[in-house]
Amino acid sequence: MTAFKKSFNIKKRDFVRAGEASIKIQNILKLLNMDQKLIRRIAICGYEGEMNVVMHGGDGILTVEIDIEKIMLDIEDNGVGIEDIELAMQKGYSTATEEHREMGFGAGMGLPNMKANSDDFKIESEKGKGTHVHMEFIVSAD
Amino acid sequence: MTLFELKDILEASILVGNEQLNREFDKCEASDLMSDILAGLSEGSVLLTGLTTVQVVRTAVVAGVGAIVFVRDKTPPQAVIDLARTEGVPLLTTPFSMFVSCGRLHAHGITGLNEMKQLLISARPVTN
Ligand SMILES: Nc1ncnc2c1ncn2[C@@H]1O[C@H](COP(=O)(O)OP(=O)(O)O)[C@@H](O)[C@H]1O
Ligand SMILES: [Mg+2]
Repeated sequence: MTAFKKSFNIKKRDFVRAGEASIKIQNILKLLNMDQKLIRRIAICGYEGEMNVVMHGGDGILTVEIDIEKIMLDIEDNGVGIEDIELAMQKGYSTATEEHREMGFGAGMGLPNMKANSDDFKIESEKGKGTHVHMEFIVSAD
Repeated sequence: MTLFELKDILEASILVGNEQLNREFDKCEASDLMSDILAGLSEGSVLLTGLTTVQVVRTAVVAGVGAIVFVRDKTPPQAVIDLARTEGVPLLTTPFSMFVSCGRLHAHGITGLNEMKQLLISARPVTN
């Protein structure tokens, strides 16, 4: 059973709005009085994920699902996809453009940081079809 | 130190956050790389940066950065100021360069994020 579920649209190359969804999710989790450190980890993962969709992917959807024992972030886009996921997961690997770097992204740290901050991390991608990242965060009892 | 003292040390102007001048800070980071801020122990720190985009403010909100200082007299676009006001993130602008800003703050006892970690490690009781 899912207690709460909400989806947000992410638009390709919409650098102005990128990150809005993650801040909304952060606010929802704050209202629910979730642990601060947990909220921070979730917001960071959502935000890096949103930036990836906007920078590298296509149009996408970010969905948050809140359960009693876990919180899930699901980020799906219909962009160019990732040819070599193992390579993309390496720290420092990036295909970012000068434009991305001027915004402070494109250091190849996003995916590794999302993996590090989530309790479960899955990424699937097909070249030419899109990318799907699924992350889970365990809500501890106290 | 308080945001007010920090403003003095950096001879900075406050763009947003006059109501938060009493807020305390003891660590600082300097970066134009938002992914580094998002990967670091940046919670409650002051961020010195040369970038003035909305993404700097969103990074601060997401990572829990307590205040942003733009170096070299950079002033962000109005949309960035408006967002910071909405999100309650203080924005300052200093005439000093990144290097000089860091030096001034460090000389006044502000530490880096890693130094904080080092201090915590060295303060840990030895068990063997
Ligand atoms: N949604 C996506 N669609 C297509 N490619 C992606 C996507 N997310 C990540 N990538 C690829 O993986 C690389 C590494 O991503 P990441 O670790 O977030 O670093 P960065 O975003 O700084 O480049 C990107 O440069 C890009 O080539
Ligand atoms: Mg990225």
